[in-house]
Amino acid sequence: MTRPHASGECEMTLLVQADFDGELDAAQAAALAAHRADCPICQAATESLGRVRQALREQAPYHRAPAALRARLAAQAAPRRVPSVRAAGWRRAAVSFVAGGALAASVMLAVVPSNAPGLPDQVLAGHLRALEPGHLEDVMSTDQHTVKPWFDGKLDFAPPVKDLKADGFPLEGGRLDYLDGRRVAAMVYGRAKHVIDLYAWPEAGADAAPSVTERDGYNIVRWRQNGMALWAVSDVERDQLVDFARRWRTMP
Amino acid sequence: MGRIDGGRDFESLVLPHLDAAYNLARWLVRDPVAAEDVVQEAAVRALTYFASFRGDNARGWFLQIVRNAAYASMKLDRGLRTVPLATGDETEAAAPEPVDPADDPEHTLLKTQAHAGLDRLLAGLPVELRETIVLRELEELAYKDIAHITDVPIGTVMSRLWRARRLLAEAAQREAVP
Repeated sequence: MTRPHASGECEMTLLVQADFDGELDAAQAAALAAHRADCPICQAATESLGRVRQALREQAPYHRAPAALRARLAAQAAPRRVPSVRAAGWRRAAVSFVAGGALAASVMLAVVPSNAPGLPDQVLAGHLRALEPGHLEDVMSTDQHTVKPWFDGKLDFAPPVKDLKADGFPLEGGRLDYLDGRRVAAMVYGRAKHVIDLYAWPEAGADAAPSVTERDGYNIVRWRQNGMALWAVSDVERDQLVDFARRWRTMP
Repeated sequence: MGRIDGGRDFESLVLPHLDAAYNLARWLVRDPVAAEDVVQEAAVRALTYFASFRGDNARGWFLQIVRNAAYASMKLDRGLRTVPLATGDETEAAAPEPVDPADDPEHTLLKTQAHAGLDRLLAGLPVELRETIVLRELEELAYKDIAHITDVPIGTVMSRLWRARRLLAEAAQREAVP
């Protein structure tokens, strides 16, 4: 630690750095080169800059966007248009993470009659994305009194958080998700080894009874209750998901 | 929502810069899930505002939105605590977990010497230095673009870059000496 290094002071060091970063024009660079020839501090600084750059570019990870994120954004930009080949490709790429390409393609491209085109696709895509490691919950807690306040300040509405542990569907946590370009609450419930995502967001209209949509092994049960749209999605059996919805609706 | 018939334009403006956006968000908030939320939030904002975007630097424009969303998210999360999962019976049994590197001293050592060291040093920089050096060295942006994205004069970009590099060089040297 006795040898001098690049932290010594010279009024030209910021110019040395600018030169190193390719920000000087030819005349400035030439003038600086003349100075540097006589300045050990600036010589050391140049070497140090090179070492740091090399280390950063070799060792600091460049974090590329996950395919699932890209897929969601592509879908979000154009959910109501006829899916372009490109967008469909992105969606396939995303879902194949967890579901295998062929299955995913048939899931995502299936045409389902619905009064909200695109939404079942988005709900399912969100669910599948959440199944990737580390994505399931933003807040992990089996306590609804922890999960509920966690949403405060993150959403412009208060999602109804209920624990159905006594009914065999323990609450495991919650996370934020995005559907149709808006933030929604996702509550995560367990059912043995399976996961049920329950999405909630405000929706005007009278209460509506549950209806079931099935997509290649994934079931979606949706209903409206107290001005809130509720969509449950899971790979549990259809009857179990319907049972979940029934118990959730009737719980105070 | 604001996507209307401009979807094609939005896609061509934002999607090509998604890697840059995620990398910046990831280095700012230092968490993969939070970074996804930040980019998602930024995309929603971009979708809202892109009709008013006039210019040729879509990357700078989008990265500025990402940066603002990241700062908003960090502000929001301050004071929030993560509640550990009450480790109950069946909840843990999901996928097989990768072996914890901490269990293997040799592995830990190797990793520290290679990536983890610099990774950690960079992650430990003050956020204004971190964003500046990430935009310069990982995104390879020019000073004026960094100044635009981080909303400071070019002179400030230069002094922040210098401080960031000096801190990294000094810390790296400290680590190299046993």
